[in-house]
Amino acid sequence: MSLLEVTDLTLHYATRENPVRAVDGVSFQLDRGQALGIVGESGSGKTSLSLALMRLLPSNATGYGGSVVLDGQDVMALSDDEFRRQIRWRKLSMVFQGAQNSLNPVLRVGHQVAEPLMLESGARKAQARERVLRLFDLVRLPREAADRYPHELSGGMKQRVMIAMSLVLDPALVVLDEPTSALDVSIQAQMMNLLKDLKNDLGISFIFITHDIALASDICDRIAVVYAGQMVEVGGADDALTQPSHPYTQLLLGSIPRLAADEPPQFIPGAPPDLTDPPAGCRFHPRCPYVFEPCDRDAPPLAAARAGHEARCWLLAQETP
Amino acid sequence: MNSELLRVDDVKVYYQARKGLIGSVAVKALDGVTLEVRSGETLAVVGESGSGKTTLGRAALRLVRPTGGRILFRGEDVTNLSDSDLSTLRRRAQGVFQDPYSSLDGFMSVSQILEEPLAIHGVGTAGERTEMIHDALRDVRMSPPEEMATKFPHMLSGGLRQRVGIARALILRPDFILADEPVSMIDASSRAEILYLMLELQRTYGIGFLYITHDIATARHFSDRIAVMYAGRVVESGPAGQVIDEPLHPYTEALIRAIPEPDPSNRLRQRPVIPGEPPSPTEPPTGCRFHPRCPFAIAGTCEVIDPPLIEVKPGHLTACHLHPEPLRE
Repeated sequence: MSLLEVTDLTLHYATRENPVRAVDGVSFQLDRGQALGIVGESGSGKTSLSLALMRLLPSNATGYGGSVVLDGQDVMALSDDEFRRQIRWRKLSMVFQGAQNSLNPVLRVGHQVAEPLMLESGARKAQARERVLRLFDLVRLPREAADRYPHELSGGMKQRVMIAMSLVLDPALVVLDEPTSALDVSIQAQMMNLLKDLKNDLGISFIFITHDIALASDICDRIAVVYAGQMVEVGGADDALTQPSHPYTQLLLGSIPRLAADEPPQFIPGAPPDLTDPPAGCRFHPRCPYVFEPCDRDAPPLAAARAGHEARCWLLAQETP
Repeated sequence: MNSELLRVDDVKVYYQARKGLIGSVAVKALDGVTLEVRSGETLAVVGESGSGKTTLGRAALRLVRPTGGRILFRGEDVTNLSDSDLSTLRRRAQGVFQDPYSSLDGFMSVSQILEEPLAIHGVGTAGERTEMIHDALRDVRMSPPEEMATKFPHMLSGGLRQRVGIARALILRPDFILADEPVSMIDASSRAEILYLMLELQRTYGIGFLYITHDIATARHFSDRIAVMYAGRVVESGPAGQVIDEPLHPYTEALIRAIPEPDPSNRLRQRPVIPGEPPSPTEPPTGCRFHPRCPFAIAGTCEVIDPPLIEVKPGHLTACHLHPEPLRE
């Protein structure tokens, strides 16, 4: 049984005019102990997707719906209060983008990591401290860092604190939103190695949200590519990276400058669409080099390209309208 | 293409930072950097945050006055010129900056943004300026220029805003452009488009570029030479392909190995990493600044003697005790 099954998840934001269709019918599943990469450019809705999963909705959220089954439990049926007490942080936690800068500057970081433990499970101070120190070992922070203030730590160390905090209530699934985007490449590589160890040694499942498909290949077993609020391709990492089916994925991979190869990187002309008024038909059609008859008229369904690999493209559909 | 455009000679930039209530401490952002940019070429300066690469760019445009060393622009020493004497440099050397959201004034239209440098330097009549603005917009592929000139920054995507930034740098037909992380805030699928555009403009107008980036992969594809900075120093420089394919300095090698390529087998192995973090710019390590993190550090040498930047292969320089022999004539 999968750990997480998401079906037709939707999250729109109300504006004065049309709503922003940030997450528009996204479906995927994730097995226990696996990492799913959600790859998309800015404005593709990947962060909104994580907020929808965590049910951290901004005040102008509308059209929040769909089915989310976590560990066999239909979490969309829970009230906000039940979700907060039973799910968030206990079963599903998150490391936010740039979160290392949201640590409270006047509290020692160890205290901040212990906070959910004392509030949520009523642990005693000594127990909580012991747990924090073990978490610090796990994320390879020196134990004495627990008594430091955020400004005394480097960016990489603060991000380790955030990862420790996400693990404090032992969740099965952690959502990581661009966890390395503020870090230098040498620190990023250290962080990816740490995440790999947490996944392999502790069996923690991850949803890894990033704009960098190459970075996703560093940890993800499956890769989902999002474009304009929709998932356009999802499949095993081997397949998605070496035999991508959707033209957008193919072009995105071609736009990465390779260190090892002489071929110069390509680019995709145009810009992603405005999500208040996405293009009719396939949302990628204005930028797609293979556009043909049905593309600007009908939205393509998610079609099987190979076993366990789907893409939303008329080139793959059995029959076109 | 070989005439020397910009020469940075042993430049040091120290900032005073407060320490405690009354003390102060020198932050050595640049600590003896020597390099040159020739006209029509791109020199990429690659480094992590805190390496001094942005300060180097600011010093090259004389936006900061160096604490020591010399900066020569087309042979003229501009190191200590006063602001009023800098107008030639201000006209011949331009900058494109990282954030296309904050580097354009939101209350100015595209045509006002592009006219400002012309007005400051007193170039052209009103009619000529309009023509120059339209030409610059055509140069950066923003069409139709008449319509694009009326837009305000908030109406444009990040990629288009950065094109406005490039048009603004271009409009005075400079010899030199500093491009400081010009694509780091642009989406991956559009990054190469902006870089190709800059490459094409360079070829058309023979501009020398100083391309400052943390992204060594784009440096490989879009520059002629690469200089790698670490802790306020250049540790390696040479032809772009050679620096990537046959790096001489252990830091360059580690930087290259830290970058993921989209390979599904990545997830099955640990990435080789350099331990630790870059040093504090107030108290850099003695000897070679990389020695505390270097897997090849030679005890008794590397922590004692600061290695000089020497030419080891033709055009390929490094500052490392593993390569002590300078190239013989």
